Amino acid sequence: MKTPVILVTGFLGSGKTTLLARLLERPELGETAVIVNELGEVGIDHHLLRRVDERTVVLSSGCVCCVQRGDLSDELRDLLDRRDAGEIPWFRRVVIETTGVARPAPIVQTLLSDPLLPHHYSLDSIVATVDGVHGLRGPEALQQVAAADTLVVTKSDIAAPEELDALEAELARLNPAARTVRASFGDVEAELLLSGSDRDVREVPVESNEHAHGPKAVVLTLDRAIDWTAFGIWLTMLLHARGGEILRIKGLLDVGGEGPLLVSCVQHAVYPPVHLDAWPDEDHRSRLVVIGHDVDRDALETSLRAFDRATRV
Amino acid sequence: MAKEHWAEEGGGARARVFRASALNRVLGHYGLSVHAWAAGAYVLRDRKGGTAVVSDLGALWVEAERLTGAPLDPLDPALVTALER
Repeated sequence: MKTPVILVTGFLGSGKTTLLARLLERPELGETAVIVNELGEVGIDHHLLRRVDERTVVLSSGCVCCVQRGDLSDELRDLLDRRDAGEIPWFRRVVIETTGVARPAPIVQTLLSDPLLPHHYSLDSIVATVDGVHGLRGPEALQQVAAADTLVVTKSDIAAPEELDALEAELARLNPAARTVRASFGDVEAELLLSGSDRDVREVPVESNEHAHGPKAVVLTLDRAIDWTAFGIWLTMLLHARGGEILRIKGLLDVGGEGPLLVSCVQHAVYPPVHLDAWPDEDHRSRLVVIGHDVDRDALETSLRAFDRATRV
Repeated sequence: MAKEHWAEEGGGARARVFRASALNRVLGHYGLSVHAWAAGAYVLRDRKGGTAVVSDLGALWVEAERLTGAPLDPLDPALVTALER
């Protein structure tokens, strides 16, 4: 069985260490190895705590988006070796706390593309903290929000309610596929880290923000089954051409089988597609949520349909 | 321990031949062609005799772009129109 990995990210001062420290006090989150870049003022006790120095490695394809985190790869391998050798306490999950300015894509890429790690670890969930008082700051915060499965709006005790409402509306525009919770002093349910589940992409309103400027999410809907080969060709070409603009894609696809196929990627890093046994209900239309800069729903849909038709031979 | 590309998992040789055929509909627009080759690789060719061997779909677009010398974009209206014909 693979060891689940949970990524906790969030901009500087947004409260991710506070959140993590509170969550790791819970008994159900025992036996957790924690990898951090910085040893902060908030102590994380009683856990296997490892510190790494951020080090990125450019892959041989030469694409600037496709860097991996060599430090994390080394650390995760070392944890496995030492656990197997009995040199460190047993752990059943790994939490990686990123720096405030870390881009999530290289971390996801490392966990998905490393020759060894995907056989032993599964990236279960990405949690991003967002400062309830100061809101979103910087391009890294935007990438973190787009990559997240769960968004935690922090400092809800001191932020004005109307500011929190406005921030949550902005988060829903940027990443409608994520679930959003509020927290003060990191007080949230442990389930937040233990459950990788997030919002059903079919609940995302299709017309929510079609005309908004800047980074946004659009929802593609396809009424007929799509050929998986065509989709693979289209998505690899799209991510090659526009991997810098597209921050996240997540969706359920009808590829003609019994159940749907769950697809997800963070920039260039594509999760292994997961075949689900059955659709949750009678609506079997494919839905893809695409988050990015200047994404055009009509252009994406027209292109995907053209690829699907043309490559059916 | 090489990891299979996400778009090609569990497909085998027959699926690669089928994929190459589908890819040729797209690559033909740029004067390129592709063949499924041994050991899970693909061979890309241009009309001037240029070739490149790639291991998977991710690497294919990097080499296709190098051979054409121009960006390849699936949202390019000219490509979409060509595919719709």
